[in-house]
Amino acid sequence: MDPSRLTRVDETTWRIEPTGLMRVPGILYADEALIRGMDDKVYEQTANVATLPGIVQGAFVMPDAHWGYGFPIGGVAAFAPEEGGVISAGGVGFDISCGVRSMHTGLTVADIRKAQVPLADALLARIPAGLGSQSGISLSRHDMEAMLHGGAVWAVKEGWGESKDLERIEEGGRMAGADPGCVSARARQRQRREMGTLGSGNHYLEVQAVEEIFDDRVATAFGLAPDAVLVTIHCGSRGLGHQIGTEFLRDMLPAASAAGIRLPDRELACAPIDSPVGQRYLGAMRSAINCALANREILGHFAREVFAAVFPGSTLDLLFDVSHNTCKVETHVVDGQPRRLFVHRKGATRAFGPGHADLPEALRRVGQPVLIGGSMGTGSHVLVGAGSGEERAFSSACHGAGRAMSRHAALRRWQGRAVIDDLRRRGILVRSASLRGVAEEAPGAYKDVDQVVLAAERAGLARRVARLRPLICIKG
Amino acid sequence: MTDCHAKGSVQGAGWSLLPHDADVLVNGWGATLEAAFEQAALALTGVVTDALVAPRQALSVSCSAPDRELLLVEWLNTVIYEMAVRGMLFCGFQVAIESLPVGGYHLSATLFGEPLDRVRHAPACEAKGATYTALQVSRSAAGGWSASCVVDV
Repeated sequence: MDPSRLTRVDETTWRIEPTGLMRVPGILYADEALIRGMDDKVYEQTANVATLPGIVQGAFVMPDAHWGYGFPIGGVAAFAPEEGGVISAGGVGFDISCGVRSMHTGLTVADIRKAQVPLADALLARIPAGLGSQSGISLSRHDMEAMLHGGAVWAVKEGWGESKDLERIEEGGRMAGADPGCVSARARQRQRREMGTLGSGNHYLEVQAVEEIFDDRVATAFGLAPDAVLVTIHCGSRGLGHQIGTEFLRDMLPAASAAGIRLPDRELACAPIDSPVGQRYLGAMRSAINCALANREILGHFAREVFAAVFPGSTLDLLFDVSHNTCKVETHVVDGQPRRLFVHRKGATRAFGPGHADLPEALRRVGQPVLIGGSMGTGSHVLVGAGSGEERAFSSACHGAGRAMSRHAALRRWQGRAVIDDLRRRGILVRSASLRGVAEEAPGAYKDVDQVVLAAERAGLARRVARLRPLICIKG
Repeated sequence: MTDCHAKGSVQGAGWSLLPHDADVLVNGWGATLEAAFEQAALALTGVVTDALVAPRQALSVSCSAPDRELLLVEWLNTVIYEMAVRGMLFCGFQVAIESLPVGGYHLSATLFGEPLDRVRHAPACEAKGATYTALQVSRSAAGGWSASCVVDV
């Protein structure tokens, strides 16, 4: 993207001035290099989102943004129902509530080095990763209903997880307002054998070491110390979420037309929040959030089983679990007034600052952990929500490094075997069913995650707490 | 549009995968609308694997939509659904499209393929759903058809 198309507000804030049908400006948070690296389509998609009815304040773009479908990935937009505000399936994404959880292992890098190969092999054997892999969990009709209502709370009741996990999962592990009656038979069918699976593409389970601490006080509050080892899982709502996204993208097109909404492009298909389609989507999308929360809880349980077998006596305590493809009803102060808004975050993480009432007591003083997944070679970050994030972008931050090149470009440049060998020489063990998948996800195919989180910090979205480097990557 | 990493073609018909930041753009072309749709579905298999897929089983599907472009999305999503719930990959398609007297189009098809073999097919990623982004079904001046859209992977 050419920065001259934007108004530069400060070092990390840029505006797309409202023109034509745009109701609000586009507001991008990134440094100049990241802006230059963004596809022009991000500009186009942001400007299009700004035309939607009921949008409040701006169409926001996080530092890791890239070209998506409908909304850009790394897009945040809030809508007011009383102003005809809309909800959009493309504004949430197909992998509803895709997210990241990190768990403390209580182990150090030295402990892992003693058993790195058997640990990697045991994780590969236990964690269903990649297309076609199964966990052996098959849900009956009754179980499916209970899971869609109960999320991680259901998983814990079923014996996959620990009750103390729940306060460290957004929504206490269970998204309220889920209506499984809005989830189609086809979406359920797609999920029947997919509970407890990682999926593919950029999904992973990693064993990671704390490499660098940026904020001692918050790191201590989060339980992060140099050389401490964590397990991080990145995955979402699997086939159920994909099918719900697919079906509602289709159903929202006529709904937009019936409501008299002029869409600049069909990819922006949306429905008024207060319409029948909008309400059905909310009921289904919240059910899919529960599916994702349950799925990550189950995978966390599998990881616990493996660690208990390889390191007898070890326990895995949840640091936090965040979702980055959601639409949630939240109260935000706009022009001095509290407003009830439907906040879409697509490839963006909620990032509540210190003192937020929705945070568990143990974290309220410091703020919400914001877990940022990097590539399998470069590392990940733990950030903390900043108080300034509330007025910057409805308490939102980036979600990952963001791709720097397409899958096909990555395939032309790297070979899976060479990537794995190179990472092994650097002390990182990669396990995957697909060499092509490894090449498509090669570390060099991603933007520099350090640059992305630094931009997020400079923009006041969140602050850096710790940098993590991978030791083992089970690639989906 | 020449920047593709995978493609296949036979007798004036073919498919390709084109670059997109995070997802993938599938593109199929052929002498008829049906052939272009068949090729676009072959591109979906190309998203998942480079390995050969054998036509061991056949199944019938159908879908409909108000226009040709929406029909393409419905068609690809129908194939994605069958891939997901049956755990199959497909290597061949026979598509028939008719325009409906009440408006819109109806598609019926036979899909040929086999169950996914994680070792032999080494699936790279899965197609989550077809989108309306970069959605285009068009006829060239020479009379051939092409069909493309972004698929979330």
